Amino acid sequence: MVATPEKPQYKVIGTRPIRPDGTDKVIGRAEYGIDVRLPGMLYGRIKRSPYAHAIIKRIDASKALALPGVKAVITHDDFPPPGDTAMTMGEGGVSTARFMLEGIMASKKVLYRGQPVAAVCATDHHIAEDALELIEVEYEPLPVVSDVREAMSDAAPVLHENLRTRDMAPLSQTPSDKPTNIASHLRFARGDVQAGFAAADIVVEREFETSMFHQGYIEPHNGTAFWNRDGKLTVWCSTQGSFSVRANLATLLQIPVSQINVIPMEIGGGFGGKLVVYLEPIAAVFSKITGKPVKMMMTRDEVFEATGPTSGTYIRVKMGAKKDGTLTAAEVYLAYEAGAFPGSPVGAGATCALAPYDIENYVIDGYDVVVNKPKTAAYRAPGAPAAEFAVESVVNEIAKQLDIDPIDLRLKNAAKEGTPRPTGQKFGRIGAVEVMQAMKDHPHYKSEIQGPDRGRGVAMGFWGNVGGERSATAAINPDGTIKLVVGNVDIGGTRAAMAMMLAETLGISAEQVHPHVVGTDDIGATGLTGGSSSAFAIGWTMYELGLELRKKLTERAARIWEVPEDQVTYGDDGVIRGPADAEGKPREMSFKEIAGRLARTGGAISAGLTTQKQGAGPAYGGHIVDVEVDRETGKVTILRYTAVQDVGTAIHPSYVEGQIQGGVAQGVGMALTEEYYWGPDGRMQNASFLDYRMPTTLDLPMIDTVLVEVPNPGHPYGVRGVGEVPIVPPMPAIQAAIADAIGVNLYKAPMSPRVVLEALLDKER
Amino acid sequence: MTERIIITATINDEETQFMADMRDSLLDALRERIGLTGTKEGCNNGNCGACAVIMDGRLVNSCCVMAAEVEGSEITTVEGLAEADGLTPLQEAFLEEAALQCGICTPGFLVASKALLDVNPHPSEHEIRFWLAGNLCRCTGYDKIIRAVQKAAAQRGA
Ligand code: FES
Ligand code: FES
Repeated sequence: MVATPEKPQYKVIGTRPIRPDGTDKVIGRAEYGIDVRLPGMLYGRIKRSPYAHAIIKRIDASKALALPGVKAVITHDDFPPPGDTAMTMGEGGVSTARFMLEGIMASKKVLYRGQPVAAVCATDHHIAEDALELIEVEYEPLPVVSDVREAMSDAAPVLHENLRTRDMAPLSQTPSDKPTNIASHLRFARGDVQAGFAAADIVVEREFETSMFHQGYIEPHNGTAFWNRDGKLTVWCSTQGSFSVRANLATLLQIPVSQINVIPMEIGGGFGGKLVVYLEPIAAVFSKITGKPVKMMMTRDEVFEATGPTSGTYIRVKMGAKKDGTLTAAEVYLAYEAGAFPGSPVGAGATCALAPYDIENYVIDGYDVVVNKPKTAAYRAPGAPAAEFAVESVVNEIAKQLDIDPIDLRLKNAAKEGTPRPTGQKFGRIGAVEVMQAMKDHPHYKSEIQGPDRGRGVAMGFWGNVGGERSATAAINPDGTIKLVVGNVDIGGTRAAMAMMLAETLGISAEQVHPHVVGTDDIGATGLTGGSSSAFAIGWTMYELGLELRKKLTERAARIWEVPEDQVTYGDDGVIRGPADAEGKPREMSFKEIAGRLARTGGAISAGLTTQKQGAGPAYGGHIVDVEVDRETGKVTILRYTAVQDVGTAIHPSYVEGQIQGGVAQGVGMALTEEYYWGPDGRMQNASFLDYRMPTTLDLPMIDTVLVEVPNPGHPYGVRGVGEVPIVPPMPAIQAAIADAIGVNLYKAPMSPRVVLEALLDKER
Repeated sequence: MTERIIITATINDEETQFMADMRDSLLDALRERIGLTGTKEGCNNGNCGACAVIMDGRLVNSCCVMAAEVEGSEITTVEGLAEADGLTPLQEAFLEEAALQCGICTPGFLVASKALLDVNPHPSEHEIRFWLAGNLCRCTGYDKIIRAVQKAAAQRGA
């Protein structure tokens, strides 16, 4: 770890206690959404469109309903008519109720293969599956468009007759009234781009394409609902945000939120993909009709075909630089596929694209485009990997052309405190320079690279991070422990982190805090686990909750000792101190001692509060990778990987490292092997884990991490989000390493064996 | 009603009789009929290892075994790993090394790693990676999982 001088000393933070939910997870007792079993439970399945674009002419469920064991079949008409209420999809995504319901169950037209058209529930999952075949649907297929550039052309089939380009760019023309697939256009600009390019000694312009990628969480989506006779709906599910599921259900089913209790079960990975509801509303309608609890779960191919992967993109980047390496201007053009409904993460891509640098002159244009593919959802640093793949690859080419060390070139142009962001605000204390310097100093970067067809690449990555609302209550147990209740869904160890931050505030050990994640009926409003918000936002809650408990304990100690309150202090070591007693002995009580005395001195102490904090610290990562390219097969092997990142403060370093390693692994998948293969009919050809190739143990080496700690001044413990950034640098770092190894630059991700071989053949030609 | 059969097998050292649908996989039977939900489903077609169990000494993906096939077999699931009085060194190592994040892949990795250490108590890093290549984890990047298995192997040797 590399700590900056501003980092304070902590007792609990920075240690590595065993996570509180660990034992349950290694003995197989942790309860995930799929493990919910209720008496009399029915099983639901979804009938999906085999076409990527078609009109639904007729649905006939009579044969399915005649099958013994089948309890109900539903279609779009079984939902209340949706309005155009805006709905939050998490991580900045918004949609309307109408679009969201179409994604849950199509009404008149299907827009991607796998879109639900009907659903069935039965007493057994085999029966439900049999019944699917018996639901008859007649379609009139329509022409398909599944590529972003084609979708933008005038000749493309139009997905939504009513869609018009929402233009968020200043000074652009008034939008036309023609139906279009371009849902929106945005623009960020700074300085004078023409002058910037005129001042450049070299200009590099390249075009890039990235495939659609899936989050690839191992647990398929699932949800169970019970609609009680009193109108109260309980939903058990696998989600990154129980309160947003509740809000979405209330809008879609048109019932008050107070009638819905959403219980977040343990979640088997999300990475942004479990912010959207797919199954819960259907299970709820089934339960309302049948009076029974109804469980639904997707198969793996349904997860690939019908949940939200990330956007396929087309990107153009042009950058100019002076001989000394100063970047003078940049032009970035981003076209992102939104899938069937508007709402790609192109906005986030645009704000991240140039974020590692302070460039005087730039224009960034972003287009959100609908295509006949599943509606995209958030995926770890949504929008950033593709944009930074393009920009970082061009930066590396500029360094090469100017014969400047790529890290030196970055240091020369690095964003710093005060650098304006595309949105207008200025960066606060950030760690871009510290990360670049730590990369340069690392033994990996200094080592010789040996052997033929081997090369090294570096790249930076950025994510802005977000905050949000969190609620928690804490009750002090007489045995000196704390029962901590939160609504914050824990995907990767946040229970450990929050226990540690509360413990730090109270001067006790992490093991003395026992966290529990509960449903929406049992805790105040809580935002979702996403955008790298959790440790930051819940950290604030823990800090303020800790201060509240300290205050109450101080008051109580004063009462026990019968001394004025202002003479009692709560020490950071968890010891409460008062004035010396009559015999001159100092009055002292540990947290544990006073906890044991609460019952007899006025009763137990608890506290609860909700915090709503912004000011999350943006974070940078910088990666160094060595690869070897097999010229015969085009296969790229990762030989060595080092990921440096400004993490603010590492609360539990093991889980911080784990987040980084996991992000790297996903980024390596994007860079080399993961890909949606589309047939001309708009059908995904590789909807299985065998054919959608996520990295396995054999595809990766150990992943070295360097945690740089530049504390976030906007957080009591200096926390910055850590989860998103590490997925950003792998694509461009590996691109540069391949270029170093075989002398060809690739502009397409994944850089699969086919792409590598084609490039090698082109070069020979 | 679809056709049901009665199956007898030794599951986690306990002779167990259960009724299953003819179409049930072993994974279906464990989870839906017996209530051993520790074994997870990630793909239901043999590609992720989340459903791994040990059947008559062999590591298998339970989604690819029919329930009807297990008559008379001995099966160990994740629930059968720990001793009554505590965790095994492998389980301890997974916790100490932070080898899990969401934990959905963990049962499969634990069962597969146990099967490895049973046949090869001192595997090299490459041997561990080779053996576990059938288990997907999307959260950890595998680094800490490999280290946990190495640690457990070292402790066994000690
Ligand atoms: S569920 Fe059996 S291998 Fe994936
Ligand atoms: S810990 Fe989440 S898939 Fe492995």
